[in-house]
Amino acid sequence: MKIETKEAAYVAHLARLEFQDDEMGRFTAQMNDILLYMEKLNEVDTTGIAPLTSAVAITNAFREDVVHNSLNYDLAVANAPEVRENCFIVPKVVE
Amino acid sequence: MELFRLTIHELQSLLRAGTVTATDVVGDMYRRIDAVEGSVHAYITLTREAAFAQAEAADNLIKQGNLKELTGIPLALKDILCTQGERTTCGSRMLNNFVPPYDATVVERLRQAGAIFTGKTNMDEFAMGSSNETSYFGATANPWDLTRIPGGSSGGSAAAVAADMCAAALGSDTGGSIRQPAALCGVVGMKPTYGRVSRFGLIAFASSLDQIGPFTKDVEDCAILMNAIAGHDPRESTSATVEVPDYRQFLLGGVEGWTIGIPKEYFIAGIDPEVEASVQEAIATFERLGARCLPISLPHTEYCLAVYYIIAPAEASSNLARYDGVKYGFRTDTYRDLLDMYKKTRSEGFGPEVKRRIMLGTYVLSAGYYDAYYKKASQVRGLIKRDFDEAFRKCDVILTPTSPTPAFRLGEKTDDPMQMYLSDIFTISANLAGIPGLSIPCGFTTDGLPIGLQLLAGHFDEGKLLQMASAYEKSAPQEKRRPQL
Amino acid sequence: MELEPVIGLEVHAQLLTQTKIFCGCSAKYGGVPNHHTCPVCLGMPGVLPVLNRRVVEFAMKMALATHCRINNESSFARKNYFYPDLPKGYQISQYNQPLAEHGWVDLELADSRKRIGITRIHLEEDAGKLMHAAFNPASSVDLNRTGVPLMEIVSEPDMRNPEEAADYLKRLHEILVYLEVCDGNMEEGSFRCDANISLRPLGTEKFGTRTELKNMNSFRNVQRALEYEIKRQSYLLESGKSVIQETRLWNDAQGVTQSMRGKEEAHDYRYFPDPDLVPLLISSAWIAELEKGLCELPLAKRERFISAYGLSPYDAGVLTSYAALADYFETTAKLSGQPKQAVNWIMGDLLRFLNEDKRDIKDSPVTPTLLTELLRLVETGTISGKMGKEVFAVMYQSGKSAQMIIAEQGLVQITDESEIAGVIAAVVNANPEQLAQYRSGRDKLFGFFVGQVMKATQGKANPQIINELLKKALNSG
Repeated sequence: MKIETKEAAYVAHLARLEFQDDEMGRFTAQMNDILLYMEKLNEVDTTGIAPLTSAVAITNAFREDVVHNSLNYDLAVANAPEVRENCFIVPKVVE
Repeated sequence: MELFRLTIHELQSLLRAGTVTATDVVGDMYRRIDAVEGSVHAYITLTREAAFAQAEAADNLIKQGNLKELTGIPLALKDILCTQGERTTCGSRMLNNFVPPYDATVVERLRQAGAIFTGKTNMDEFAMGSSNETSYFGATANPWDLTRIPGGSSGGSAAAVAADMCAAALGSDTGGSIRQPAALCGVVGMKPTYGRVSRFGLIAFASSLDQIGPFTKDVEDCAILMNAIAGHDPRESTSATVEVPDYRQFLLGGVEGWTIGIPKEYFIAGIDPEVEASVQEAIATFERLGARCLPISLPHTEYCLAVYYIIAPAEASSNLARYDGVKYGFRTDTYRDLLDMYKKTRSEGFGPEVKRRIMLGTYVLSAGYYDAYYKKASQVRGLIKRDFDEAFRKCDVILTPTSPTPAFRLGEKTDDPMQMYLSDIFTISANLAGIPGLSIPCGFTTDGLPIGLQLLAGHFDEGKLLQMASAYEKSAPQEKRRPQL
Repeated sequence: MELEPVIGLEVHAQLLTQTKIFCGCSAKYGGVPNHHTCPVCLGMPGVLPVLNRRVVEFAMKMALATHCRINNESSFARKNYFYPDLPKGYQISQYNQPLAEHGWVDLELADSRKRIGITRIHLEEDAGKLMHAAFNPASSVDLNRTGVPLMEIVSEPDMRNPEEAADYLKRLHEILVYLEVCDGNMEEGSFRCDANISLRPLGTEKFGTRTELKNMNSFRNVQRALEYEIKRQSYLLESGKSVIQETRLWNDAQGVTQSMRGKEEAHDYRYFPDPDLVPLLISSAWIAELEKGLCELPLAKRERFISAYGLSPYDAGVLTSYAALADYFETTAKLSGQPKQAVNWIMGDLLRFLNEDKRDIKDSPVTPTLLTELLRLVETGTISGKMGKEVFAVMYQSGKSAQMIIAEQGLVQITDESEIAGVIAAVVNANPEQLAQYRSGRDKLFGFFVGQVMKATQGKANPQIINELLKKALNSG
């Protein structure tokens, strides 16, 4: 499946990335090379094979419902680009 | 005595005997770093002050006879491991000034064992790369030839160990990022079984493939570090509850009567002839040691790369969505609104390889393509694992070259992503199947570049790998070569 | 053409666990912003989720209470999108392997029952809170709520009018509160509802185009929004136009739904199995254990109260509106053996006092035992019913027992006929004018004499005896 620049631009938007025009062209071409290589997988007969989502056979990993100490507030926001009145500040979201 | 040349176990003896102090060791180490780090550039952050403070504390403990397993031993950490209060960049502008408020579990365990940290090592950005050239902080050079790459993504850790700028180091391996640089830098590197070592505090790249593992100068050191870091962690759901043996018990066993699988798909045209020759010599050595080599087939090997480059970017695209300029990390300077802030922050904060993989990953998960790519790849992944399950019924371990070529030159493959991805063809399969893998040095090319041998075993059979590697190390004529820095 | 509404509801219930779903931070509502967070719920680099076992148990209980099939194996998926209140850039939820499916809830409408199907119940984590001030170019993010456990309950599109929708919500709400898995507080956001509604010609099977309604923060508003939307869609369809598939927000102030079109884009959530979590296997043994300990559910309790205690459906409804009240009633009914009296006293005096005080029945100074004693005293005639009410008030204020109060205040009812006859005689003699008027036909004056006797005995004389003897006294010569 070949991807056009327009579709690649939509994927970029989904991923919240932006590219200059020439970059977008190059990225799309590179992606197409890689996607073409993926077509190899169509050679494999996978009828009836369950998808493997984990290499381990672990199930039911639980925690008990016991409160732990939350992170000290100052540490929680220490790396924040912008904080005011205990909140992380972001450009306005138009609802 | 050049303390910086010594292994962990050698340092342990000297420290225990009181022949040297921790401060002596750390002092010597930083003198070495000051001498060669300029050429190698293995580190992003050096933690000199803290290290000397730790050394002082260690010496007090030693005086009281309170030595722990790793007291006074200087280790380096790949900058993908969160260290409390210490900058952790993941090789990226996105986390350039990020200071985690917590330690990764492995870091906690090493601290508890008394280890001293020399610094955070350089790496491909967000662990995406095989040459250490995508780091925001510049490339690392291979200590054996400063015009060549050390491998990646844990290139800094591999180079630091090879250049004797630490006694040992930790790295991470998602598609070969410990084993490949270990081979290219002539050191021992292990990727444990998936779930063997806690991923808590490891900045995630591909969650179902990532593992943390050691870089060491010899096999005994590898066993020592594995003892310190392996084991169940309640903070990770995918952490294995399988008991951790004392890995040092495997060092003396030998390989008499063992069956070593030689998979034909890993001995293909295109491997550097010197690499091939060196690996064949190693096979002969094992036969001399009493093992029997069995030709086997891992029929789905040719699909590993395609499966990996669907699954890893897909998981990565999701794992890296948290880097949005809101809670921590880089945020762009000027923006019109939220959408603009997101796009500029992520486009300026991430390098091109990271963006390429995020795009790929987003695409293969997007509506209409999930079944064709991600689901299909997951199914083939199941077949790849099955190949190994069947192989390990017939043999104890599997042997392959670690990398098809020795270290290539800086800049040689940066223009063609597919070319770069091919450096991982021998290592990727172990991550997909979740099995442990170990790379050990097995020779040099005529140009003096290291060659690595890869050993693979079944789930939780790290012991077998160490046993086999130890037998090889003891028997093979010891090359006392060091890089000329 | 008569149009029929087709309504489905999606409820998100916050679970009453101590901690969040994937980390050990407190799940309590409120708190100073960002003071109940940790690296995990902040989505810091390198952190991992671990599932709270009690969250699973709470969801299993709800699944059992709504007759769902609990899946032996279920799994978690990532729902990927960017928003400032979603720190990881994805929400951990469940997609194609939810915890439970195919259940139902029975509505208790005015004159009928109706069964509404439940498509699925699944678990997910809540997002944080995004706050805007009108004139501020920036928004604020509070991540305290990130990671609070949510149970999503999706109904089949089985409802056919807003009343059914409101009753469905009421049923779900009361089951959740009974099970103590959710506090059902719509204002605080622990119980949220979105609706899907479409219209189709009555008698047809094909679904019409549906709209999704959001931002309804009370049961009443859900009903009003649906009523409005039915009118809006009817108007469109009847004038030959079509309904656009979109999300509409309920505007409470204006009483209308408003399109979000242009402000929201279709999301491609790129669901895939979360590689940081492992499959959830629920054994029949675990299910059986929870089933054993499951409390009696509201509908069953109502039916039992009606048959065992002879209550009216209305009374049964009120008394079972929450478990503590139902328990109070039942304890009193059993202890006293007077269920009907218990109903009257509880629904009358007790609830009135509790409501005025805004007190919980658990904190009632009048316990079932104390109330039982009062009932007994009234039944045996020791005090009159009217006197009982006054005693009750003192019991509520003081916490003392009825016996104690009666003894302290000497309130025992007078039932001695000769004593009452004596008082009557005195009253009659003292009021000759009224006596004469009564005897000449002014029957209403009977009440006057009753009042005088009551006054003379400080209200303690037994009213039936007064009536009997007074009649005799007034009518005899």
